[in-house]
Amino acid sequence: MATGSVAPDRVGWFRKMVEIRIFEEKVQELFMTGQIQGTTHLCQGQEAVSVGAISAMRPGDVQTNTYRGHGEALALGMDPEVAFAELMGRVTGCSKGLGGSMHLIDVSKGNIGANAIVGAGLPIAVGAAVAFQIRREPRVALTFFGDGAANIGTFHEALNMAAVWRAPVVFILVNNQYGEYSPVRATTPIDDLARRAESYAMPGRIVDGQDVDAVHAATAEAVARARAGDGPTLLEMKTYRYRGHSRSDPARYRPPGELEAWKARDPIDILGRRLADEGLLSPEAQDRIRAETQAAIDAAAARAAAAPYPTLDEAARYVYAD
Amino acid sequence: MSTLTEADVTSATAVAELTYREAIAAALDDEMAADPAVVLLGEDVATEGGVFKTNVGLVEKYGPERVRNTPICENTFVGVALGMSLVGLRPVVEIMFSDFLPTAGDAIVNQLPKYRFMSGGQFAVPVTIRSIGGATGRFGTQHSATGESWFMHLPGLRIVTAATPGAAYELLRAAIRDNNPVILYEHKGLYGRKGPVRRGAIGAIGRAAVVRPGRDVTIVATLLMVERSLQAADALAAEGIEAEVIDLRWIRPLDVETVRRSVERTGRLVVAEEQVHAGGWGATLISELTMDGLAWRHPPLAVSLPPDLPIPYSPPLEDAVLPSAATIGAAARTACGR
Repeated sequence: MATGSVAPDRVGWFRKMVEIRIFEEKVQELFMTGQIQGTTHLCQGQEAVSVGAISAMRPGDVQTNTYRGHGEALALGMDPEVAFAELMGRVTGCSKGLGGSMHLIDVSKGNIGANAIVGAGLPIAVGAAVAFQIRREPRVALTFFGDGAANIGTFHEALNMAAVWRAPVVFILVNNQYGEYSPVRATTPIDDLARRAESYAMPGRIVDGQDVDAVHAATAEAVARARAGDGPTLLEMKTYRYRGHSRSDPARYRPPGELEAWKARDPIDILGRRLADEGLLSPEAQDRIRAETQAAIDAAAARAAAAPYPTLDEAARYVYAD
Repeated sequence: MSTLTEADVTSATAVAELTYREAIAAALDDEMAADPAVVLLGEDVATEGGVFKTNVGLVEKYGPERVRNTPICENTFVGVALGMSLVGLRPVVEIMFSDFLPTAGDAIVNQLPKYRFMSGGQFAVPVTIRSIGGATGRFGTQHSATGESWFMHLPGLRIVTAATPGAAYELLRAAIRDNNPVILYEHKGLYGRKGPVRRGAIGAIGRAAVVRPGRDVTIVATLLMVERSLQAADALAAEGIEAEVIDLRWIRPLDVETVRRSVERTGRLVVAEEQVHAGGWGATLISELTMDGLAWRHPPLAVSLPPDLPIPYSPPLEDAVLPSAATIGAAARTACGR
């Protein structure tokens, strides 16, 4: 009954990871030209975590993610045009342009939250999971959060409650090495945050977050465990964000050579080499995918920019439900 | 499930004399019976009927899955309630003391009221928070706040207060049925009060109640201050002053209209608040009425907690800081020029 019972579409994963990478690069460009305003938190370098974990979900499962959530939103199948429109504040965006970069939400795809408050998505995912449990539905909730969130109260409270209630939830700690501008060890007394699972009597696993196959396998196992009624799991994905914390952060605090060392283990390259070696996707075919995706992303951004802004009357409709 | 109509309000089948705490339990029972999506969670809600015995019989009737004791972690269990609501449950969260609401500050300020909006209307958030507050219990400064105005700034939230057993029953049922986050404030000094409860009735959203008509001065109050205002009105009547007493009930949305209709007749207003006046519903009400150009016969008056003194433990001091029937009555006399 595990999700992995169907052979995973690893070529599809490659396409999706390339889409996320090119989408994020385009977002950066659109910020520079003023077509997207405010702030944004990009996830280049973390694509294997988004795609590997999301691909372990089944229809009916849900997840929450964070302000660095474009990767999860796209991995869940959000149309890049809809995502761009949201970032541009257009009414055709997933959240009618009212949310922006930090709130790429689409309930129809199981994406029940992208939160701009560190740690706030964990209780929400636990709540959804407990609802599934109460109704005896074989559904699972995932929640993505960063290493910084491991030091906020809701992390500890949510893991504790999920364990006490054996909630069908998978905690995906995306350790990209920095909480805002601070390296993990400047704010946290341990290197491996997965160890914190022990305090909450749940399995804690360290996963190579650059290896999409490893991410998928670990998540599929945790999802199966949750679905079987055996409770939550904490997965620590070791990864890296290529960009700074947000748009205004050039990440000068990083030691020389660190970025290059991580780029030598680029998640898209790792999967690409593997697919080529296995005869599943040639380097030439990979180049074609990159070129096609670039064209599609450019076109999606252009279409998004042509859409109208929402009106204040429309916005007012979404404050209270009938 | 949608909000109610006047027909619902008048569909009550029987009137029972219940205590305020029994009225709470009855409302929870009736909603849990009507809708399997309603669940109750909070600290010790399933143990011995809850700390204030407002949940008596519920875990026995509906089981530990729907009546759930949580760990002590308000921010997370309110967030959990939000997550439940996003996938179809209708959770009711109990906050044991309103003073604990700020520990759930992120969930209350950033999550519940904004979740629907920032998703472009993809969700309804039918979460009810029952918050137990109020002084007179000698609980000291961190267990005595009403907190009723703390969150009134927040679009997306509804805030309601229960002053009587009947109001507690009808307003809790209305809160649970509403598709928006609602904080219902209860007063722990009122749990033993008895009064008529229209079993089956469901209160109207955003509607204040004129609980005693009068022509000379309008007194607006919430929670325990409603009872004290009615006592003051009795004393005033003996002196020939007819006070109109309004149980404000809803702080968001604030029923300015009902108060305006009253003050347009009386020209005099006293707000009786078990809270500091500045930044609260009383100040907002006066501001709204004044900005509308209401012709005051006497400037509005506030009877409230001292502005710079937390609620003290020492029993005579706790009594002294709270508005009483006497201080409310004195303000009404002043307003009437006596």
